[in-house]
Amino acid sequence: MLEVQNLSMRFGGLLAVDQVSLDVNEHEIVAIIGPNGAGKTTVFNCMSGFYKPTGGKILFQGKEIQGTPDYKISRLGLVRTFQHVRLFSRMTVVENLLVAQHRHLNTNLLSGILNTPNYREKEQKSLDRAAYWLDRVGLTDMANREAGNLAYGQQRRLEIARCMVTEPRLLMLDEPAAGLNPAETKDLNRLIISLKEDYNVSVVLIEHDMSLVMDISDRINVINQGRPLASGTPDEIRRNDDVIKAYLGEA
Amino acid sequence: MIANNLKHALFCAVITLVISYPILGFNLVARGVDITLTGADATTLVMVALAALIVFGFQLFRDRIVGTITDITRPGFGTHKEPMEENRRARIESWVLTGILVLALFWPFFVSRGSVDLATLVLIYIMLALGLNVVVGLAGLLDLGYVAFYAVGAYTFALLSEYLGVSFWMALPIGALLAALFGLLLGFPVLRLRGDYLAIVTLGFGEIIRILLNNMTNLTGGPNGIGGIPEPTLFGMEFGRRVKEEGNTSFHETFGIAYSSEHKVIFLYLIALVLAVITALVIRRLMRMPVGRAWEALREDEIAAKSLGLSRTAVKLSAFTIGAFFAGFAGTVFASKQGFISPESFVFLESAIILAIVVLGGMGSQMGVILAAIAVTILPELAREFSEYRMLIFGAAMVLMMVWRPQGLMPMRRIHIELKKQE
Repeated sequence: MLEVQNLSMRFGGLLAVDQVSLDVNEHEIVAIIGPNGAGKTTVFNCMSGFYKPTGGKILFQGKEIQGTPDYKISRLGLVRTFQHVRLFSRMTVVENLLVAQHRHLNTNLLSGILNTPNYREKEQKSLDRAAYWLDRVGLTDMANREAGNLAYGQQRRLEIARCMVTEPRLLMLDEPAAGLNPAETKDLNRLIISLKEDYNVSVVLIEHDMSLVMDISDRINVINQGRPLASGTPDEIRRNDDVIKAYLGEA
Repeated sequence: MIANNLKHALFCAVITLVISYPILGFNLVARGVDITLTGADATTLVMVALAALIVFGFQLFRDRIVGTITDITRPGFGTHKEPMEENRRARIESWVLTGILVLALFWPFFVSRGSVDLATLVLIYIMLALGLNVVVGLAGLLDLGYVAFYAVGAYTFALLSEYLGVSFWMALPIGALLAALFGLLLGFPVLRLRGDYLAIVTLGFGEIIRILLNNMTNLTGGPNGIGGIPEPTLFGMEFGRRVKEEGNTSFHETFGIAYSSEHKVIFLYLIALVLAVITALVIRRLMRMPVGRAWEALREDEIAAKSLGLSRTAVKLSAFTIGAFFAGFAGTVFASKQGFISPESFVFLESAIILAIVVLGGMGSQMGVILAAIAVTILPELAREFSEYRMLIFGAAMVLMMVWRPQGLMPMRRIHIELKKQE
C-alpha cells in the first residue's frame, strides 16, 4: 500500500536520511525505531509531504507522492500525528474534530449561509462522526471543553480521533506513547490494534516504548544514523545483534 | 517590598516632572508680531507637582492597588452563581438583542440630527470592525492596511457616480465586490507571510492605495477629493429639497409632508443599521461554518491544519476576501454619508483605530467588537470638553484596558455544540 524506495533527505551538508526503504501492506502495523536523531521523524516528514525528499521515491497505492503538498497527501488518506501534540488548543474538542472533516463538508458558502437542508444534513453527519469518535476515545464528557485544557493523555487520544474522522487509509503516529503513564500506554495499545482490526487502517508508528512496539507491531524497521539497520518481525529484531548494539542494549 | 518600590517610584515621579513641566509649564504668547515665552500660572505648577506626587504614590503602593483592581475586574467578581444553562442563556441573549435592535430602529426619530449622524458613523465602524475581526480575530492574520479596502469601496461609488451616474444601490454590491477583489489580490503575495512580516506588507499596501488615490489627479481629483456624491434613494424617491435627477420624485412631496433635512440623515442611519445587522449575521453564520472553523484552525496551528488537508491558500484568501468585502460595504455607505471623500479619510490612523476596536472588544468576539466600536467612536465625542486632552484620555483608557483586561471587553465565547448520545 505504501512503499518507500531509497529515500534520501539532505539538509545542506547533512545527510539526515540515507537510502531508507520500507513498505507497509494493507492491514498492518509497522514500527520505525532507532536512537534519537536517527532520522525517523525526517522520514515521516517526507512521507507526509512536509519535506520534499532529495532522493528516492514514495509510492502510495501505486502513485508517486514525493514532493506533493502536505494538504493534498492527507486528502489521499495518509494522515499523521505529531511528536508534540498539535491540537487547535483554543477551540473546543468537538470543533477540533469538525475542522478535520472540512473536505467531507465540501459545500459552498452560499448554501451554508442560507442553511439549506443539504448543508444541514452534511453538518449533522459530521457531528455524528465526531460524536462517534469522541465516544470511542472516551472524551464525550469533554466535548465542549477547550482542547488546550485537556490532560495530556486526553490530548493524545483527541489527536488520534481527529485523524480518524478524516477516514484515512494509513495513519502515521509519531511517538504516540510519549508522556503517557503505563496505564494510558496500555489503553493506547488497545486503541491502535482496534484501529487496524475494526477500521481497516494501516498504521506506521515511531516509538521508543519497546513494550508497545514489540506488542503491537507486525513488522519493525530500525534506522540508525539515517541508514536502515534492520527490518523484520519483532522476534527477529529482538535477536538481531546489530540492533542490540546500536539501540536496544544488552540485557 | 515598599523599600524596593521606593527607588522606582522616585524615578517615575521625576520622569513625570521632567516630561510635564516643559510641556505644561510654559506658554507661547503672541504679542503683536512677536511670540514670547511666559511661565504658566501657579495653579498649573501646583497641578504638575500634584501629578508627580500621585505617580509617586501609585508606584509606591502599586502591587496593592493593582491587586485590588484585578480582583474587581476578574470575571464573576461578587457573583458566585452557577453558570447559566446553555439554552436559557441563548434565549435571553436573543431577546435582549432583538430589543436593542427595535430600539435602534425607532431611536433616531426622537433625537437630534447630530446624534443620528454620529450613530451612522458608529455603524460604519461596526461594519469595518466586524470585517477586520474575520481577518485578525479569527484567521489570526495581522492586517494593518485594512483601510485600503474601505477606500476602495468609497472611491468605487464616488467614481462610478461621477463618471457613469451609477446610483447608491447599484454601487453598493459593486463597491463591496471590488474591495473583495482587492482583498484577494493582496492575499496572493502575502500567503507565505505571518505575524510581523504580514503586518508590514499590509501596512505598505494600505499606503500604496492612499498614495495612488492622492496622485492619480485626473481620475480621483487627488487631494481635492471627489464631491457631490449622491445620497441613496428610496425606490426612486430623493431626499433633497429639489429633485436632481430626471424621473425621480422627492420623498416629502410623495408623502405630502413638509421637507426636513432630517429625513435624509435618518434614512442613511437606517441603511447603515440594516447593513451592519446583515454584516453581523452573515459573519456570525460563517463562524459556525466549516470555513469559519478553518480560519480559526489556521490561527491556532498552521502545520496541524495542513496535515488535516486544509489548504493554506484557500483559507487565507477566503479570510482576506471576506474581510475586504465588508470594508467595501462600509466604504460605500461612508461615501454616501459624507457626500465628499478625499484620501485624507483613509490614512493609517484609521486602520489603527479599527484594529484597536477589534483588540479592545476581544479578538473574535462579535458582541465585544460591536461594544468597542461604540465606545471608541463615541468616547472622543463625549470627551470634547477636554479639547486637546481628549486623545490623551483616549490613549490612557486604552493602556489601562490592555493592562487590566487584555482579553478584551467581551472575550470570545466558544459555541456550545450539543451532541447526540451514542447508543
